[in-house]
Amino acid sequence: MNKLHRYFLKRLFYSIFVLIGLSIVIFVIARVVPGDPARMALGPRAPQFAVDALREEMHLNNNLPTQYFYWVKGVATGDLGKSLVTKRNVTEDIKEFLPATLELVALSAVFVIMFSILFGALAARHKDKWIDSLIRVMAYTGVAMPSFVLAVLFLLFFGYIWPVIPVLGRLSAGLYAPPTFTGLYTIDSLLVGDLEVFWDALKHLLLPALALAVGPLFQEARIVRSSMTDNMTKDYLASAVAFGMPDRVVMGKYLLKPSMIPAVSVMGLDIAAMMGNAFLVEVIFNWPGISRFGMEAMLHKDLNAISAVIVVFGLIFVLVNILVDLIVAYLDPRIRLGGGV
Amino acid sequence: MDAKIQRTEIIVPSPAARLKEGFRKNWYKFSRNKLSIAGLVIVLSIIVVAILAPYVAPYPKHAGKFVDYVNANQGPSAAHFFGTDNFGRDVLSRIIFAFRGALLMGIMVLAIAVPVGVFFGLLAGYYQGSFLDTFIMRITDIFLSVPPLLLALAIAAVLEPNLTNAMIAVTVMWWPWYTRLVYGMATSLKNEYFVTSAELVGAGRFHILFREILPNCLSPIFTKMALDVGWVILIGASLSFVGLGEQPPTPALGQMVSDGTRYMPDLWWMTVYPSLAIAVIILGFNMLGDGIRDMMSKGEHDRG
Amino acid sequence: MGNHILDIRDLYVWYRTYEGYSKVLDGVDFNVNKGEKVGLVGEAGCGKTTTMRSVLGILPEGQFHIPKGEILYHGENILKMKPQELHKIRSEGMSMIFQEPSAALNPVFTIGSQIFDVIKYSGEGNSAGSRSKNKEKIREKAIQAIREVYIPDPERILECYPNQLSGGMKQRICIAMAIVTERELLIADEPGTSLDVTIQDQVHRLLRDLVDKKGMSLVMITHSLGVAREMTDRIYVMYAGNIVEIADTKELFANPLHPYTLGLLASVPKLTGGGVTEGIYGQIPDYLNPPKGCRFYPRCDRADHSCQQEKPPLRDMGDGHYTACFKV
Repeated sequence: MNKLHRYFLKRLFYSIFVLIGLSIVIFVIARVVPGDPARMALGPRAPQFAVDALREEMHLNNNLPTQYFYWVKGVATGDLGKSLVTKRNVTEDIKEFLPATLELVALSAVFVIMFSILFGALAARHKDKWIDSLIRVMAYTGVAMPSFVLAVLFLLFFGYIWPVIPVLGRLSAGLYAPPTFTGLYTIDSLLVGDLEVFWDALKHLLLPALALAVGPLFQEARIVRSSMTDNMTKDYLASAVAFGMPDRVVMGKYLLKPSMIPAVSVMGLDIAAMMGNAFLVEVIFNWPGISRFGMEAMLHKDLNAISAVIVVFGLIFVLVNILVDLIVAYLDPRIRLGGGV
Repeated sequence: MDAKIQRTEIIVPSPAARLKEGFRKNWYKFSRNKLSIAGLVIVLSIIVVAILAPYVAPYPKHAGKFVDYVNANQGPSAAHFFGTDNFGRDVLSRIIFAFRGALLMGIMVLAIAVPVGVFFGLLAGYYQGSFLDTFIMRITDIFLSVPPLLLALAIAAVLEPNLTNAMIAVTVMWWPWYTRLVYGMATSLKNEYFVTSAELVGAGRFHILFREILPNCLSPIFTKMALDVGWVILIGASLSFVGLGEQPPTPALGQMVSDGTRYMPDLWWMTVYPSLAIAVIILGFNMLGDGIRDMMSKGEHDRG
Repeated sequence: MGNHILDIRDLYVWYRTYEGYSKVLDGVDFNVNKGEKVGLVGEAGCGKTTTMRSVLGILPEGQFHIPKGEILYHGENILKMKPQELHKIRSEGMSMIFQEPSAALNPVFTIGSQIFDVIKYSGEGNSAGSRSKNKEKIREKAIQAIREVYIPDPERILECYPNQLSGGMKQRICIAMAIVTERELLIADEPGTSLDVTIQDQVHRLLRDLVDKKGMSLVMITHSLGVAREMTDRIYVMYAGNIVEIADTKELFANPLHPYTLGLLASVPKLTGGGVTEGIYGQIPDYLNPPKGCRFYPRCDRADHSCQQEKPPLRDMGDGHYTACFKV
């Protein structure tokens, strides 16, 4: 077993620990809420005996550790409790709503990766020229625009003023969702070869994905630019230039790869920002994802749903971070191999 | 320093001259990027306008419970630069008052989160390897394992919706970042000679943590703070957008955008101007923060 | 003076800083003949590296200014060249070895990948033949070069990343990259400074032997007169952006003239005599406001009023020995 394997096993172990810790934090938050969850679930006019019955069902009459035990047992067996909003088991809801969010965040991540490298490299290549200034101004504006503001402005512009792109939902009326393999409409529609649905689903994805991507995208572009300009002063670059290598090799190979490492390292944070902002963006675009579901749960103090959503996001985030570390290790032999012969 | 042991003559400048020189150098580094100055101007203007809100807002009364259906739903005009909302309130005046909450949020959250985070980071870093270190840093990891906005939303949602609780929610998710930042620095600083020598002469733990290690962490802390104000305001606006911040009739930027969406596209100014206000305030703080970062950085290295 | 490969004439290089221009090079004259090994000696920060980096055009972009001067490569001014011409000189004419081998090798590519690129873009890489054959040829060339710098098991080294090698190995790899294709002029910027003394010696000897074997010209930048004595035919002594003395190596050690050279010689530890060496009092002047006359006068015990007023020109003392001092 080499160093890298050990490193990732350790990471995995820590992650499990972190997730358990997270579940405790969530549980405590959900239980210290002022008010009786059973009463909130049934509404102020429900008879007392019904509330008492629900309290018993939710184990609310036991002490906190016991309650936590029941909850964790439920989570482990896939029973996340009943949602007060949908009246179903939260597990069902998550199965239904998660793919839409994954599809959205995945496309945003693709945007972020593609355009941040493009803009960052362009700015670094033309450092202190007009194109650098233009990208910098775009970056400042882009980073300063919260996702929800962008989403609202997109909605105003493309929904009313220039309706060339659909703004609400996942598919246009009259089209049917493709059969579920992954739950991602774009992929499922391609799998069954339905290009019309694919194209429509992609168009619906575009605006919410952009609203999520713009902030992290420019954030990343600035990291790419600054690590590129930093690395431009390194001797290994001077050396490549001094050996007469053409610009495209010096820039596209010797500069690009080391400069991408810092940008990729913070990708986990960007995904986190996108997952958080998805809560507002899904609501605005009426996107039937888990974030919109979670947002409604929060506004209704639907504790089971809130806890479940946070645990699911925690899990995804932990996995994303491990993935990011793997990519960084792939890019950077110093991490992958350590020192010494 | 003892003058006798100095072989070369070094002219020691007076404290005032040093201060002036320091200021000149910092200002040079800060102002090299013109955007930093723009950021400073934006931030200062917003602060001044927010403080003097009752005097500079064209209709100070419109920031509260106020209804004037005669003048409702008016587009931008000379009387109402940013138009009026569905209750006839001046949008500009409400934005100006909303700046107060946004700034308060930025200041309060950092004023609490930074000392708390820094304290735990110092402690964990200095006692690296101990139970205390493990305990603090694993808790930090837990908080950092959830998307920050999600955690803030969840905490704010289970509490009563108001500005104070929004600030509490953001503070709870913000301190771990400083703990992690300081932890990294403290673990390396504690092995430096000046710390070891302080330990050897028997300095107390308090002295070592706060007089030896902390001063050497300040520059990155301040840099991060300067860059963070904009983010805190952004998260605050996001919370208020979903109704988890300042409650009506008191205006808040996110809440105004959210109200405006119900009247799109006819009363577009109800959405667009508060949106721009959010962008401008965050833009200002980000540009200022970058300038401060440039100022704190070591500058160009010497060449020869 | 037809057989100069490289001829630098009255070169000024300034760096931009926040307090104004740092006037580092102040009229440097320097030339290298075919097959000659030339030393450029001076203490740290005196502009040796700046001089040679300006030859290759690798000064930090946007941070320097060349108000005056010419760098002639076979009579053509490098400073006025089109990018393609400059590329050609870099890929076929000169190569450089840097002071810090760990900084000069890209940490995220294998040694092989980096050497292959040097060959590929040198004009020797795209000879006739199929692609795979060409690749094989490049590989063989690289392996040959690694053997030439006495590193065992070249096949394995090609797959290594720089951080898997020791400092001495890395510097050998840098040398291998510099000699892997035929070049006329090799610029070595203190190739041993960052290495252990024993390794340093090996690297210097290796470099000298390879240069002799391949008939290249060498510019050896060093702060040590001792190293220059072993490695070179002719020495330029540099102080604060000025060439203060030029002489054949033997002549310089037999008959040093400039007070700075004398100071440098005095600071070399000797086996006999013992004790701490004398050294030179003071430090390199502030390049922002350099002394008006001779840049050395604040540290010179012979200096008088005239040295403060006027910059001493290089004077011919016979036999190709030049010095820039009024008091000689």
